[in-house]
Amino acid sequence: MKWIAFPVTFFVTVSWTALAGQAPAGTGKPKPAKTPPPARAWTAPRTPWGDPDLQGVWNDATSTPLQRPGGIGDQQVLRDEEVAGFQDDLAYNLTRDRRDGGPEVDVNRAYNEHWMDARRLKITADHRTSLIIDPPDGRIPPTVPLTPEKQKARAARAAAVARFNAGLPNEHQEMSLPVRCIIRTDSPPYLPTIYNNDFQIFQSPGYVVIGPEMIHSARIIPLDSRPHLGPTLRQWLGDTRGRFEGQTLVIETTNFRSDEGVIFGDANPATYRITERFTRVAADAIDYEFTVEDPMTWTRPWTARIPWTKIDPAEQMYEYACHEDNYDIVHLLAGARTREKNGETVPQK
Amino acid sequence: MRKVPRRVMVPASVLVLIAVFWLARSSEGQSPRGSGQFPAYRPPRTMDGHPDLNGIWQAFVTANWDLQDHEAQAGPFPELMGAYGAGPAGQSIVEGGEIPYQPWALAKKKENYSQRAKVDVTNDGKWHDLGDPELKCYMPGVPRAAYMPFPFQIVQGSSPYILIAYEFASATRTIRMNWKDEAPIDAWMGWSRGRWEGDTLVVDVTGLRGETWFDRAGDFHSSALHVVERYTPVSPYHLAYEATIEDPNVFTRPWKISFVLYRRMEKNLQLLEFKCVPFTEELLYGAMRKRSGR
Repeated sequence: MKWIAFPVTFFVTVSWTALAGQAPAGTGKPKPAKTPPPARAWTAPRTPWGDPDLQGVWNDATSTPLQRPGGIGDQQVLRDEEVAGFQDDLAYNLTRDRRDGGPEVDVNRAYNEHWMDARRLKITADHRTSLIIDPPDGRIPPTVPLTPEKQKARAARAAAVARFNAGLPNEHQEMSLPVRCIIRTDSPPYLPTIYNNDFQIFQSPGYVVIGPEMIHSARIIPLDSRPHLGPTLRQWLGDTRGRFEGQTLVIETTNFRSDEGVIFGDANPATYRITERFTRVAADAIDYEFTVEDPMTWTRPWTARIPWTKIDPAEQMYEYACHEDNYDIVHLLAGARTREKNGETVPQK
Repeated sequence: MRKVPRRVMVPASVLVLIAVFWLARSSEGQSPRGSGQFPAYRPPRTMDGHPDLNGIWQAFVTANWDLQDHEAQAGPFPELMGAYGAGPAGQSIVEGGEIPYQPWALAKKKENYSQRAKVDVTNDGKWHDLGDPELKCYMPGVPRAAYMPFPFQIVQGSSPYILIAYEFASATRTIRMNWKDEAPIDAWMGWSRGRWEGDTLVVDVTGLRGETWFDRAGDFHSSALHVVERYTPVSPYHLAYEATIEDPNVFTRPWKISFVLYRRMEKNLQLLEFKCVPFTEELLYGAMRKRSGR
């Protein structure tokens, strides 16, 4: 049972010196959520047709970074006395209601605290220093050397990004997929962001469906062992198949399109593998774990774990429309054409 | 027995059919109008005892081109698209045949049609003024999503939510069962609250954005639109679909559409992506591309 396995793996990966150095409780420090309620008190629920029940609206926001920040070394879990400082530093870096960057930076902070998901400013309850749990250094593994074609594509992309950042995009097609409202955080692996971190899980006999808030897509996962789509039928969000292993929903996704920005790290769609695992570990908690690998991109597979928390049932997930009112894309293009007329050019670095 | 509205001017044979329909309606538990061709049917149940609507469904009426009677027609750019852009003929799915527009609204519908393939996004205030929202790949709203020429999947589990996922534009909507709260804000796919009436899933939809259209013929509504949908299983492979449409800003009275939804039976069939943003970007934004130096 994963409920048992979770704390076990957790402690195994913890630096024992860190645990030994734990300060005694009762000093008014942030609550150590490391101590789960007694395992026997809670049984994972099942749907009426017998599948583990993952239904509900879940939120994956956290400030804990995907990769461990520098200067922490191999320390995987914070000491209690480090928690508040770590969290405050992350919150300070994520927050946008600051006026210490000059006017241009201010403009880029327009998505301020009004937009910020408050959960995004808190670290995970288990006080890890990174979402990546493997490799042990908490970092994305080194990349393998890029092929010449890939280098060329990266350079073209970098030039387009530089034009965009200078307010001089040539055309809509060189903007990113999220700016164009094609895919956003609905693209696996699911990673926390500033807002709209909700996912609603639906189930019916033979299916699990994940509905990410942004952008209103439904990831419909058949559980009947059917084959994947044929190799020429590729999709922005890929093609997902799933199965339950004990309490855990295990899903594998293939058939991604090859456009830039579809796959994390622009890995190679032909050799990229992503496996995601969803385990209900408490009434209000799912462990979301993903492993990605691509020998054409990274020197080894890597795995991250992100806690999903059930949101208050009174707090509903609402429609996230994007393209329908994408005024920004027009403003960006209009601004670019005006800047050109005024003789502005992309700064050379 | 309820009376046929007096203003409906139709041949006597149709009146008889309508009378038969109302008779059928008046007895509890009978199937609705769209199911006229189907014998009595008791659908399989989910474990909570309600009819099981799970599956992939699709309409085969041509109402997305025009809710009312329509002849086969050329597309808006026959010189570019040839027969590819043309639309099929079809019979009205509107009860009584005609949508009861207020006079100004009928004129507006005709104007919509004449401008159905035009867009202008250069002015935020007029962003939604021109063009069929389908052309621009906007979420289609309700009831249009149900009769677009794409499949959709109903996911009915054991939670108080039923999901409908549509292939077109990856649009989705959540039906909140026995929900009290009103729509907190308008949305493209609206705010759907469901309940069971016998074997029928009744979905009350409010909070719909005013900008969606019903079809390519320019049929439209305001943000006061109120739709009540009824999904009734009438065979293992068919759902009778009905929707009552009410919008006092645009119509003189509520009106009703009905058609049949077909279960898609192909082995391993799944909803695929029709993420149409990349198909409409050139139309929307192409004129704002950098002109020189490329």
